[in-house]
Amino acid sequence: MPQVANIVVSILFDGLAYAMFLFITSVGLSVTMGLMGFVNLAHGAFAMAGGYVVVSLTRSYGVGFIPSLMIAAVVVGLVSIRFERRLYRRFYKATDLEQVLLTIGLAFMAIATFTYFYGPIPKSVPLPDWLEGDVNLGFRAFPSYRAFLIVLGAVLTAVLWYAFERTSIGAKIRAAVDNRRMAESVGINVDRLFTLTFALGSGLAALGGGLAIQLFGLTPYFAVLYLVLFLIVVAVGGLGSLQGTLLAALVLGIIDTGGKYLIAEAGGFFIYVITVIVLLIKPAGFYGRE
Amino acid sequence: MKIFRWLGPAALALSVAVWSSGAQAATIKIGVVLPFSGPNADLGHQIDKAFDLYVKMHAKDIAPHKVQIIKRDEGPPTGAQAKTVTTELITNDKVQMLTGFVFSPSAIALAPVINKAKVPMVIANAGTAWITNLSPYYVRLSFSMWHPAYPMGGYAAKTIGCKTAAVAYTDFPPGKDSVLAFKTAFEKAGGKVGLSIPMGSPAQVPDFTPFMQRVKDAHPDCLYAFIPSGAHATGLMKAYGEVGLKKAGVKLIGPMDLIPDNKLQDMGDAAIGTVVMGHYAVDLDNAANKMFVAAWHKEYGEDSYPDFMSSQGWDTMHAIFDTIKKLNGNVSDGAKVVGALKGWSTDGPRGHVMIDPATRDIVQDERAMEVYRKPDGKLGVKVVGTTKAVKDECKILKVGRCK
Amino acid sequence: MAASDTTAATGASERVAARDRAAEFLLRQHRFKPAESLPWLIAIAVYFLFPDRLTFGSQVLVMVLFALSLDLILGYAGIVTLGHAAFFGVGAYTVGLGAARLGWSEPISGLVAAAIVAGIVGFISGWFLLRYRGLTLLMLTLATAIMILETGNFRSDISGGYDGVPGLIFDPLVGLFDYDLYGHTNYVYALIVLALCFYFVRRIVYSPFGQALTGIRENVRRMHAIGSPVHMRLVTVYTIAAAIAGVAGALFTQTNAYVTLTVFDFEVSAKVMVMLILGGTGRLYGAFIGAAVYMILEDHLSKLSPTFWSFGIGLLLLVTVLFARHGILGLVEDFGRLRFAGRWLKERAAAQQPAWTREQWNAVGISAFDGALIGLAVGFAVNIGSADLLVTWFTDDPLGVLGWTAAGALLVAAINAVYLVLTSRAAA
Repeated sequence: MPQVANIVVSILFDGLAYAMFLFITSVGLSVTMGLMGFVNLAHGAFAMAGGYVVVSLTRSYGVGFIPSLMIAAVVVGLVSIRFERRLYRRFYKATDLEQVLLTIGLAFMAIATFTYFYGPIPKSVPLPDWLEGDVNLGFRAFPSYRAFLIVLGAVLTAVLWYAFERTSIGAKIRAAVDNRRMAESVGINVDRLFTLTFALGSGLAALGGGLAIQLFGLTPYFAVLYLVLFLIVVAVGGLGSLQGTLLAALVLGIIDTGGKYLIAEAGGFFIYVITVIVLLIKPAGFYGRE
Repeated sequence: MKIFRWLGPAALALSVAVWSSGAQAATIKIGVVLPFSGPNADLGHQIDKAFDLYVKMHAKDIAPHKVQIIKRDEGPPTGAQAKTVTTELITNDKVQMLTGFVFSPSAIALAPVINKAKVPMVIANAGTAWITNLSPYYVRLSFSMWHPAYPMGGYAAKTIGCKTAAVAYTDFPPGKDSVLAFKTAFEKAGGKVGLSIPMGSPAQVPDFTPFMQRVKDAHPDCLYAFIPSGAHATGLMKAYGEVGLKKAGVKLIGPMDLIPDNKLQDMGDAAIGTVVMGHYAVDLDNAANKMFVAAWHKEYGEDSYPDFMSSQGWDTMHAIFDTIKKLNGNVSDGAKVVGALKGWSTDGPRGHVMIDPATRDIVQDERAMEVYRKPDGKLGVKVVGTTKAVKDECKILKVGRCK
Repeated sequence: MAASDTTAATGASERVAARDRAAEFLLRQHRFKPAESLPWLIAIAVYFLFPDRLTFGSQVLVMVLFALSLDLILGYAGIVTLGHAAFFGVGAYTVGLGAARLGWSEPISGLVAAAIVAGIVGFISGWFLLRYRGLTLLMLTLATAIMILETGNFRSDISGGYDGVPGLIFDPLVGLFDYDLYGHTNYVYALIVLALCFYFVRRIVYSPFGQALTGIRENVRRMHAIGSPVHMRLVTVYTIAAAIAGVAGALFTQTNAYVTLTVFDFEVSAKVMVMLILGGTGRLYGAFIGAAVYMILEDHLSKLSPTFWSFGIGLLLLVTVLFARHGILGLVEDFGRLRFAGRWLKERAAAQQPAWTREQWNAVGISAFDGALIGLAVGFAVNIGSADLLVTWFTDDPLGVLGWTAAGALLVAAINAVYLVLTSRAAA
């Protein structure tokens, strides 16, 4: 392949895979914050928890990688319901600051707890053979795992889109995001809706955490290390919007990858520049509401 | 009776004699400063485990003296917290010796404090070359970035046969130091370094794929990579394999940070064929190491492995104990302690090591080691070349701040 | 003189007179109360009581100053930002680079320079960013701080990168007092700087300008409606807060004789915000209490358990947010207002119903379930401690599992029941 085209393809491919990871992990946070206005900085901790569940299942109980991902998502989703009902619910009317304090406190406690049970040494997961190595598409070979990420991300996007746009539950969620009072007065049980959305979001975060192990390794500090990244995706995309999170993930993922490839010294810089530019022009993000 | 009049004072004198001879048994306070929490906690724990193991197994060697270990969190790799906790160890806890220190910034920050306090600091890891020049109370038992990197430059050009090399490194001073050392030696031996890629900050493991892709597009013969030991190592190896660099014939070389022993098993087939230069691997075949590894497994389980940092910790505590023995527990004079450490040598898990009296830095064998799959299916390293008694080339060549 | 001129002149002088009267009134109302000397007395006492801990003490004072600067914008103006570390870092590096590269080692002028540079950065960023609020502002301020960090890393030949700028030497203070190992000079120096800055902040807060800030915080629309120049006021206070944060950063570098790029970290911004909220925002002395409590606790916990101390911090945050929403000072105020604890109990009970209701039973039941989970987790941690062995614990020791679960459930349910009884009893 001609050199320039090769570089472009590399950047697009890697950027797309990275974007899919960002999307899967952040979409839950976006919908949560858009729906209930609740700043959940413990979102990263749910992702981390999902990762560790996958590690335990694959390493100690011999469960396959893909089934482990699904189990982790379900388990973390269910556990998050407990947190939501007992703890978070009390703080929906509280100020942003209090929510920040609460969720950061939870994140710290989670980090220490997981350090206790798993130790601080980074973990990795054994992958099935078809995910290792690369897949040859004729003109080029692509790393299999990242190809898998892209496919999975696309499938999930389609499923989520369908759920949001075509089902009645999706319609109710969108209605509640648009105008909660109105939705309540029309008879939509917003509380129950929120628990459902929260569980879904946390489950997706857990899935993202499990997928991230292969990319970044897993330590208890994952919970706060990548939190800034998720917050940026959510802010740039716009709270409560599926398309927004997707677009933000794509833009940020590809530009970050491209930046690192082309100007390695300034690599991390680009995400923040894009963030500032987007937010200055559209303060509520791509698809946010004022 | 008259004799009873003597009994009292005699008994008193006897008890004082017994008490004071017992009092000669000193309790030596040693401050251990390592990262116990935070993203780099595993590095601290690897050294700490070695410390604990040595103290446990050799406590009787220094009888009747005892050591009291006071552990403090070194904090993030910036130096500020290390400075505060170490100053407190000196002023508040009144330690007589300090050891640990994984991060170069900690050692760099502490030089003025140590010079004022005159407390000897036995460094168990921090690897920036010119650290030992900062204070006459610094003794280093670990390595300088130049120890593995410089011999690797020569080895890559002459033995592996690389004519061109790309270098990729985590963008912080140890990375730049290591790459500079490699480049100096490689180009001296006739090689050419082309692409030089910084790979993000040490704080977060980046997605290594774009960097590896660039290397692939440049097709050098070899890729010399430096990353901080830990999660970065696994990420880099996986990216190396996935992008297909191995298939394209680019050989991966670097210091042993690339394949820490406790992560090697996770690295898969991509790691096979990697050649690193370092002073330690779990599979090293000498008596001291066999005993060390066996004791480690016994204490910490079959799934736990010591790595090069653990070997450094082991030798460090060994040196400290030998000094205590040599000075018979009188370790309050920092200069005397440093004097006793100069020229100290032993045959430890890394083989023969010595402290250079001129620089207070370590002199050790550097081994070229290649990753292969053992008959039992696990990954291991075999030694394919040894350079004996390597000193820190940076100080010999007086490059940069090593003057 | 024409009649209109007279009216105009009188009008203007009336306005000035009114403003002066307001300022006087405020100053009188907020004269220094005797209780306010308490934190300063404590700080001075520390110098004599804990001579071995003065290096730590200086760091606490630096953090107090930093938290104070945040209180100006967070507590008084109501601006929530995640990038305050940017100004701290700018001040720190002004002094650090000045000393290392320009040979500017006089400490007091270094402080002034840091304040000016940080103030400029604050002014420029505030001018652009303060038009936004909420999550947008959070992300913008965070991104700004990180961009400064990345720039520093990019030009690490100047900034020293992650190894930073070490070995800084500063001239003896006012040419007389040199720095010793135990940090005596540094502590007194930091205390004096803090006192001066505090006096300055206090004057601002209890002035018409300060009142305007409170107005903006409480109801910004109204402030716009009455014609108050909101944006200008916000930018002004942001600039001042940035300058003070810069002074704190400069002090940091001077007392540590060292500075690295991590002064710009997100973690620094987050920590100082936590300290302030812990102490209580908008109360001036909240910064003192919050910073002191947080740092002492962090120090103590990390000595207790170098590996798991963050759990204690997390728990502290949780407890604060559940029981002390306005920070420690808020708690103090609440108890001060209601002079007898009994009255407090009665007021809480009055909100409950007198008899045991279904809701209360449900509450006990649910809490028992939570207690069971907690008991299970604790028992597991105590007995096994490794997640990989979870299943084996169940199979090897089923009675033990049952015991821990039951104990947890009963304990938590009992606590909850007692609490409910106490409060309903008090009403009866």
